[in-house]
Amino acid sequence: MGRYLILLYEDEASWAAVGQEETAAILAAHRRFGEAHGDVLRGGGWLHPTATATAVRGPGGGGNADAPGFAAGEDALVTDGPYVETKEALGGFYLVEVPDLDSALALAREVPAPFGGVEVRPLRET
Amino acid sequence: MSPDPAGAVADAHRREWAGVLAATVRVTRDLDLAEECVQEAYAQALTAWRDGVPARPGAWLTTAARRRALDAHRRAAVAQRALPLLVVDEVAPEPWGAPPDDLLALLFTCCHPALTAEARVALTLRLLGGLTTPEIARAFLVTEPTMAARLTRAKKKIAAAGVPFRVPGPDELPRRLAGVLTVVHLVLTTGHTAPTGAALVRHDLLDRAHDLARLLRSRFPDDADVAGLLALVLLTDARRAARTDPAGGLVLLADQDRALWDPGMIAEGRALVLEALPARPVSRYAVLAAIAAVHADAPTFADTDWPEIVGLYDVLAARWPSPVVALNRAVAVGFADGPEAGLAALDALGDDPRLATYGYLAAARGELLRRAGRDAEARTALEEAALLTANDVERELLTDRLAALEG
Repeated sequence: MGRYLILLYEDEASWAAVGQEETAAILAAHRRFGEAHGDVLRGGGWLHPTATATAVRGPGGGGNADAPGFAAGEDALVTDGPYVETKEALGGFYLVEVPDLDSALALAREVPAPFGGVEVRPLRET
Repeated sequence: MSPDPAGAVADAHRREWAGVLAATVRVTRDLDLAEECVQEAYAQALTAWRDGVPARPGAWLTTAARRRALDAHRRAAVAQRALPLLVVDEVAPEPWGAPPDDLLALLFTCCHPALTAEARVALTLRLLGGLTTPEIARAFLVTEPTMAARLTRAKKKIAAAGVPFRVPGPDELPRRLAGVLTVVHLVLTTGHTAPTGAALVRHDLLDRAHDLARLLRSRFPDDADVAGLLALVLLTDARRAARTDPAGGLVLLADQDRALWDPGMIAEGRALVLEALPARPVSRYAVLAAIAAVHADAPTFADTDWPEIVGLYDVLAARWPSPVVALNRAVAVGFADGPEAGLAALDALGDDPRLATYGYLAAARGELLRRAGRDAEARTALEEAALLTANDVERELLTDRLAALEG
């Protein structure tokens, strides 16, 4: 068994433009997806748009002053906005546990993502 | 039994490599380790077979490779693995040899859609064809380090992302089989006219296309695309001996000695075309093979049924339009209705930017102009074609044609 993160990348402008009814329909589709695959779903979430994002950059990565490579006295740089600006932004995710990539891809095909697509990433098992 | 162990090992490499590797992958669940063990097994055979070649070389090699794999696993049991093991379905182990599905599983793993198209072909030639990295690099116009990196990256992805070592189930199979056929077709076309270098035909690639198409046919006997592709391989390969002259020069279809064509391959190919062509939806490979079969049926080039060939290209152009199909259709029109008609059909696609650097367009135009008696224009077109081809043998032929025009 392996764990995979299914990342939903969608056009935020399209999401912002849809009406309540359509939003409800998309959410219902997600609910159905969740119910159909509850046995392999390990988690998931719907993110606020990138306008709410805050990036933290520092030599140590996320700005942890104890991290290797982080020089004394340096502070993390905190900025408004996502880490990477893209037209289709990360808007949600599912964490699934399945036997192999083919099973993960079969699930990914069913994930509702009307304004973009999804990316399947295997998790390192440590 | 061969009295010559080196010859027997080379023969077994040619025949058994893929099967031995596939059976070993099931044990190692690691592509690199499996390759290493199989290579060691072949090296071991060079000495061990001095006292006599085993009756079943493939079974001997598989046993030797698997034994090495088990040893390696024991040694590495405590070591930290960098990559996860391949996902392999549990099946009852065969006492010897590879059950055919291991071979097929290896093929589907190599041709998985999660890999780039370039990586699929390269992996297939490496793991199923037993070709070396330099051989594959030469066939696809990249440097050895580039090809080595491509293979390494693909193998890493297979392990890390969990691409399974398995023949896909019925839901997935049609889509995945189409991807496998694309790879085999690419091996065929690359082998038939090597894109670069001193040799026109890469026999090693043609042989591998042949083996792969046969493997698929044995497993999917009712599939029209599979039958069509095997037919295309056979009818293309049947001309192998006639396509180059003794000096290695290119002999065009029009000038080939048809007595050198392989009648057995043509008969088998023709029967497969008749089987595959009526299937609906129409199989693209069956249509391509049908074109090759029309050529094979003509006792001389002049007797070719060109209207039939134009009709088959019309089917291709309607369902799978591409600039290359349009170009080939125009050439057929040039024989069916005369060079000026062919030139008119070519003019219709002359502006396609995708053909701007495609040497065959200039070569086809030059040939039609020459037949139309427009020598000066023909010369310009053939000069352009000679500049655009990277294959030495093709360039030589074009230069010969130019020299004939000068004379």
